[in-house]
Amino acid sequence: MASYGWRVDDLDTDEMILNMGPQHPSTHGVLRLELRTDGEVVRAARPHIGYLHRCFEKHAENVDYPGVIPYTDRMDYVASMGNSLGYALAVETLLKIEVSPYVQTIRVIMAELQRIASHCVAVGTYGMDIGAFTPFLHLLRDREKILDMFEWTCGARLLYNYNWVGGLSHDLPEGFVKACRQFLREFEAITYPELIDLLLKNKIFVKRTANIGVCPVEVAVSYDLTGPNLRGSGPPRDLRKDAPYSGYENYEFQVCVGKGEFGPLGSCFDRNWVRTVEMAESAKIVHQALDRLEKMERADVHEKVPKRVKPPKSEVYSRSEAPRGQLGYFIVADGTGVNPYRVKVKSPCFTAMSVFHVLSRGMYIADIIALIGSLDVVLGEIDR
Amino acid sequence: MIQWFKDVWEGFWTVLVGMKITWRHLFTQKVTLQYPEEKWQLPPKSRMRLFMKYEDCIGCGQCARACPVQCIYIKADKRDPKATPIFAANGQPIKLDVTVFDIDMSLCCYCNLCTYPCPTDCIYMTPEYEFATTDLTNHLYHFAKTGAKFLTVNPKAPAKPAAPPAGAAPAAPATPKPAPPTPAPPNGGTPPAPAGA
Amino acid sequence: MDLFFRLFPEAWPDWLRVALSAAIPAVLLLTFMAVGPIVYVYAERKIAGFMQDRLGPTRVGPYGLLQTVADAIKLMFKEAIYPTGVDKKLFLIAPCLVVLGAFLAMVVIPFGGKAQVADLNVGLFYVIAVSSLSTVGLIMAGWASNNKYALFGAMRSAAQIVSYEIPAVMILLGIVMIVGSLSLQDIVLYQEGGLTHWLLFRYFPIMPIAFVIFFTAGLAECNRTPFDIPEAESELVAGFHTEYSGFFFAMFFMAEYTEMFVISSVASVLFLGGYWSPLPNHILQHIGPIGLGPLWLIAKAWFLVFVMMWLRWTLPRLRVDQLMYVAWKVLLPISMVLVVLVGGLLMIPATRNGFPWDRWVGWIFTLVIFGALIAWMAGARLSKKRRVQDLAA
Repeated sequence: MASYGWRVDDLDTDEMILNMGPQHPSTHGVLRLELRTDGEVVRAARPHIGYLHRCFEKHAENVDYPGVIPYTDRMDYVASMGNSLGYALAVETLLKIEVSPYVQTIRVIMAELQRIASHCVAVGTYGMDIGAFTPFLHLLRDREKILDMFEWTCGARLLYNYNWVGGLSHDLPEGFVKACRQFLREFEAITYPELIDLLLKNKIFVKRTANIGVCPVEVAVSYDLTGPNLRGSGPPRDLRKDAPYSGYENYEFQVCVGKGEFGPLGSCFDRNWVRTVEMAESAKIVHQALDRLEKMERADVHEKVPKRVKPPKSEVYSRSEAPRGQLGYFIVADGTGVNPYRVKVKSPCFTAMSVFHVLSRGMYIADIIALIGSLDVVLGEIDR
Repeated sequence: MIQWFKDVWEGFWTVLVGMKITWRHLFTQKVTLQYPEEKWQLPPKSRMRLFMKYEDCIGCGQCARACPVQCIYIKADKRDPKATPIFAANGQPIKLDVTVFDIDMSLCCYCNLCTYPCPTDCIYMTPEYEFATTDLTNHLYHFAKTGAKFLTVNPKAPAKPAAPPAGAAPAAPATPKPAPPTPAPPNGGTPPAPAGA
Repeated sequence: MDLFFRLFPEAWPDWLRVALSAAIPAVLLLTFMAVGPIVYVYAERKIAGFMQDRLGPTRVGPYGLLQTVADAIKLMFKEAIYPTGVDKKLFLIAPCLVVLGAFLAMVVIPFGGKAQVADLNVGLFYVIAVSSLSTVGLIMAGWASNNKYALFGAMRSAAQIVSYEIPAVMILLGIVMIVGSLSLQDIVLYQEGGLTHWLLFRYFPIMPIAFVIFFTAGLAECNRTPFDIPEAESELVAGFHTEYSGFFFAMFFMAEYTEMFVISSVASVLFLGGYWSPLPNHILQHIGPIGLGPLWLIAKAWFLVFVMMWLRWTLPRLRVDQLMYVAWKVLLPISMVLVVLVGGLLMIPATRNGFPWDRWVGWIFTLVIFGALIAWMAGARLSKKRRVQDLAA
């Protein structure tokens, strides 16, 4: 077992090196954590990643611009509408295409539904890591309904290839608006309050999570945490408000921040609280988007999709607010050929992982799992 | 001291609230699908097994070019110019003999990008998902077949006096392959070609 | 046991009569207890499924009834792996001790007026003593596994069980003070007369709190959530039974469910009136000559087992230090205060036999709780439509 950089003299007498190996009982992916522990307390931690590296960025150089979209889906496979949306926005900036408000509204609906689904997985698996098995299944029941809606629209349940450069792959089917509203009504009336009562307000859950993994604001900002990880520590930074894209400026919603009501601000509890409340806010956004959609005439979603994507020699960095944080695409086009010259992805989970070694000092081993779960890492996005 | 009492009371009370929720859930309707006995009908747009109608293929290779994982292998030769002209179902003349048209379903990523550039809509994804097999080579589908019956009469020829109205797609003849074909992609008219032309 | 003693003819030698009259009830009890886990495991999986909006096992046998049987057969045929360096003798004895600790306690539980394997006059003391046997078995299992993490887990588990025994015993002290005898049969006889005489509703808010504390401590003794650190699946150390496979694992599993039943039946004997029916004037206590006592006791014990399962699927897990905090800083002070209060109330002649409102508060309490449960059952709603496309209709 390779232990890079640590020599025998580094270890004190009682310390041992523990491997929480690539095979985890939790569902966060293949991650190897090397912990240097003193009995039950962790003195230092080092995550080893790369077990899920699939050469996404190299593949992107060998397929044409629209062909990269299935690859982007597979990075963060839990929330793939967000990935393809970010990429499509980036290439549209390169080609200077403006999509119609109809397409923008549908994109917002899909992205927010995907946000709800992704947070269902995040909060559910976090509950499971803490030991509460039931909320996971209730949330997954609702996530299945969202995935059913996606399947109804575009044919696939997990990896959609939906947001295309210049438009969408399919239009919404008949009856989608009604079904979506009905689902959201049930979600807001039943699942969401039950989740809060069953999991988040439970005293045992609070005691397990409210005092650990406290990330102060300065640490969060200096390690470039974004998304719910940052908002759990206080600052209300949300790209949907700060740099709106795809029509987000037309919707009224609040940016959810952690309140620190049960413990210090920035604890694991706060991050999970932010994710839960964001589910309710996303539901509100979808309601508003459905209202806007009903007032518009249906447009052709393939209208602005170019026959051949050949941008001029330029580069673009475009950011969007994925459920896990700020997802950035840096695309370099060299003006010749239909393949991108370089696609680089700034993945929010990668930066979230980087703060792990700071937060895990002095924790119990049992809390390490809680910490990883609260950072909501998906290894597919870290390793690409 | 007061905090201790509050903690104990809150601990007890939140446990009871949680128990109420799980008690209610004992009596709600269960969402399990008993799989082999109950199967759901997938929506018609579902992207499952790929199907390609060989009699309509003009051998242009657009689908192979659009595929991001290069799982379609096409080999086509020029047809003998003296042979009978054959046509696809939408009227396009077939100028190439497609000798090899293989799709490796074990490589396919089910992205549906191959269906859009096809000028004759002969390749599409069907909602059939139960095609697991024990031998991986069974996933290499060979669609090119000898002895295929091509249309020798142009179904959309405008010169005929009793021409059918333009734009009406004729019903596809019965095929030996499983899963009946689903209708053409969402918009009428030429499907857009996002990939390179 | 006396029952059987008189059954055998006088002509037989004494030792034979004693041996048979001890062996037969013991075997009957053993059979009943051994079949128990099969039912409990199935019930747990079904209840877990239903609480999580899914069906539990449905394939093996009608409604999945034979699932546990299939699991037991599978475990029996699994290879029993002995890791290198284990102390063979201890490795083999440890599961037996754990199982023994669970089974032995049932010997003194009264199932009916005469239906008790052994009516010891120190019955309660015996129960406490014997359930500590499983702690020894646990530590043996951890030590014999030759695995640092198993030892860790075994130590934590032993610490947990020992710490939670203290509030439990304090509460039992309170009960013994009220009843005046350690014999379980006397405690049940004290609660004759229906719901209002149950010790659960004595000194009205004091004894229900005592029951809650006893039940919580009992949960910790069984290593059930929220106290299941030793057997937590998603924690790092898998606990004292990491190295056990096949049938030994089945024995630990069986011991856990049997211990659940033991704690539940002890709790129902002490607080819920044992084998008496809850209705006054002995209604539903007999059907003709057949006494329904055992059925009442089993029903109450099963209800408490159901509550244990209900708690498992509702609550997250407590961390080890929080577990210790709850035992020593919450349960123990409260139980000590309760014992002092009960003792004091017993000394005052006016409250010697309970508070004046004990008569009717029991009925109100029970009716409120059952009414609430039924109301929530009726109000359970979730969309009947399973497919989201049907929501559009």
